[in-house]
Amino acid sequence: MSTPTFTPQVLLEVWRKARQINLIDEKFRGLLRSGRLAAVYYSPRGQEILAAAMGVHLQPTDYLVTTYRGIHDQLAKGIPLKPLFAEYYAKATGACKGKGGPMHITHPETGVMVTTGIVGSGLPIANGLAWASQLKKDGRVTLVTFGDGASNIGAFHEALNMAGLWKLPVIFLCQNNLYGESSKYEKCTSVDHIGERAASYKMPGVTVDGNDAEAMWRASADAVARARAGEGPTLIEAKTFRFMGHYFGDPGAYIPKEEYEAHLAKDPMPKTRAAVLASGIATEADLEKYDAEVNAKIEEALQFAADSPFPDVGEIDIDVYGAAA
Amino acid sequence: MSATATTTEAKPEMITFTEAFSRALHDAMEMDPTVIMLGEDIADEEGGGIFKVTKGLSTKFGGERVRTTPISEQAIVGAAIGASLAGMRPVAEIMLMNFITVPMDQIVNHAAKLRFMSGGQTHVPITIRTRTGAGAGTGGQHSDMLEAWFAHVAGMKVVTPSTPADAYGLLLGCIFDNDPCLFIEDQLTRTQTGPAPVKGEIIKLGKAHIAREGTDVSIVGYGRPIRDAMALAEKLTGEGISVEVVDLRTVSPMDTETVIKSVAKTGRAVVVHEAPRSFGCGAEIVARIQEALYGQLKAPVLRVASRDVTVPFSRVLEAEYLYKGADIEAAVRRTLDTGSRK
Ligand SMILES: Cc1ncc(C[n+]2csc(CCOP(=O)(O)OP(=O)(O)O)c2C)c(N)n1
Ligand SMILES: [Mg+2]
Repeated sequence: MSTPTFTPQVLLEVWRKARQINLIDEKFRGLLRSGRLAAVYYSPRGQEILAAAMGVHLQPTDYLVTTYRGIHDQLAKGIPLKPLFAEYYAKATGACKGKGGPMHITHPETGVMVTTGIVGSGLPIANGLAWASQLKKDGRVTLVTFGDGASNIGAFHEALNMAGLWKLPVIFLCQNNLYGESSKYEKCTSVDHIGERAASYKMPGVTVDGNDAEAMWRASADAVARARAGEGPTLIEAKTFRFMGHYFGDPGAYIPKEEYEAHLAKDPMPKTRAAVLASGIATEADLEKYDAEVNAKIEEALQFAADSPFPDVGEIDIDVYGAAA
Repeated sequence: MSATATTTEAKPEMITFTEAFSRALHDAMEMDPTVIMLGEDIADEEGGGIFKVTKGLSTKFGGERVRTTPISEQAIVGAAIGASLAGMRPVAEIMLMNFITVPMDQIVNHAAKLRFMSGGQTHVPITIRTRTGAGAGTGGQHSDMLEAWFAHVAGMKVVTPSTPADAYGLLLGCIFDNDPCLFIEDQLTRTQTGPAPVKGEIIKLGKAHIAREGTDVSIVGYGRPIRDAMALAEKLTGEGISVEVVDLRTVSPMDTETVIKSVAKTGRAVVVHEAPRSFGCGAEIVARIQEALYGQLKAPVLRVASRDVTVPFSRVLEAEYLYKGADIEAAVRRTLDTGSRK
């Protein structure tokens, strides 16, 4: 498999996707802090680059299955802001009419098929999406993302075995942010690297620095190409860190200060921004202009969400069952 | 920390549900070295559980007895079952009730049935603590009351408290019971307070509690709605309506006798639970009442419950989903309007 070159243009593309995630996340945290948004929120702060570096390889028709900590994956997949924000605001115009909420974002138009709040449950479902693609020969790949903690759930192992056995066009992206809620990775996981687990399931297991745009982009390129070529699944373990704790408001007392600071010093956002500038593909002014553009879109979408009505009470009886066949 | 109220004038010490759960776990570990605990994030290194219920326990009793586990619910419940077969009294924490769907096989096919299938040679004295409840905007996968599933499986005991003191006594009751118990903690009332329990006082399982005596109508239920029923009963005394409140405490096996005695006295009953109405425990309670009291009832037994839909995220819809105190009141008034009040 020949990996295409990681050009400055690609780097810029990754940066832009990551920066959009970053700006939205910052905005949401501000809204939560001021009480203007009331929702359980699992910040992706620190995991923007890996999502973007994977996202640039995907087509809108490809499938995504993600988790409660999934806003970065959804945005990288291309979900539009208005229905996304309106769902956070529990409004009738939300992607799920306000019925699912942030933990269950669904937007099939952009391939966002399932967002689950149950650890590990996305993997078997991703297999099913990938199996359908295999049967239909539609060339789609399915990306399923989950945390390090999820790799200790039975469903992870069952799904990897089946995917390996059936050579499904699926990519298992484990975002190893070193903690599951307040439990440290080493205390809960038998292997040094989750990538090692792939060996049991007859698929490549790639452990990569998810905060390194180029490395993550390459690993993603290989996995997507392999899946599209019908060669089967890949497990990618992207090493990363979450800076905002498990949920918004988590004091994070379980993370030693030195550890936190060491990660902060390697924050992928400023690092990638500097790389973009160093590559010469964009200037400071270009990046600022991009930020302003994104911020304008964010404000517009927030206004839309704020102005939208809450769901009609009668909505409660709708979508329980479909129309009789 | 210890209960102090001994003189009649002394104000009783008030504690929260969370404090009651913690004290029960602490005291159980102190009373019996075979009591061990496992669950996600429960040790002090992880902050003592996301709701802080197990805080301090691993430090005091050691990491061997209070273990943080991987996110592996099947392995958690399975290990509890295995350890119990070998003479321990494990308390497994399943962080939220919706996650109990993951270890269902361990619970339904094993914990509940090993005593029977082994012809009584083995038994499974485990307690599974879990937490749930709608009303906090946590949506479809973090709010369900699934107690009916477990009540439907012979061999399981299902317990849920309505006051902090009951929380303490019933949790001890579960831990020292010789069968598998599911202990359900309500996530909405966890900071509410009530008089502290007496240290070491176990509430035996299988017995309902007359939380308030009355003569006109019995409200029968368990958990959070009992608190609504108590408030309603107080309110209705002003109108000369006397409400009896029957708290099952142990949902299953149900104390039918106490329920029937109460309804035989009042002739009217309203059954209430937070779980959706259809195929809920309420239906079972109603059936037992009418089986025993057909012909003596002054009005049809009514049910108050939540709607038969997935718990919605939007608060507007969530409020519509959830049973309300006003629904209990309306049901009580309806039963009283039916037939003649003597
Ligand atoms: C089956 C199940 N068990 C427990 C939980 C509670 N829970 C939610 S997130 C989480 C930690 C998950 O950690 P990880 O997989 O590393 O993902 P991260 O949150 O770090 O992105 C836990 C234990 C759950 N949602 N589902
Ligand atoms: Mg994690």
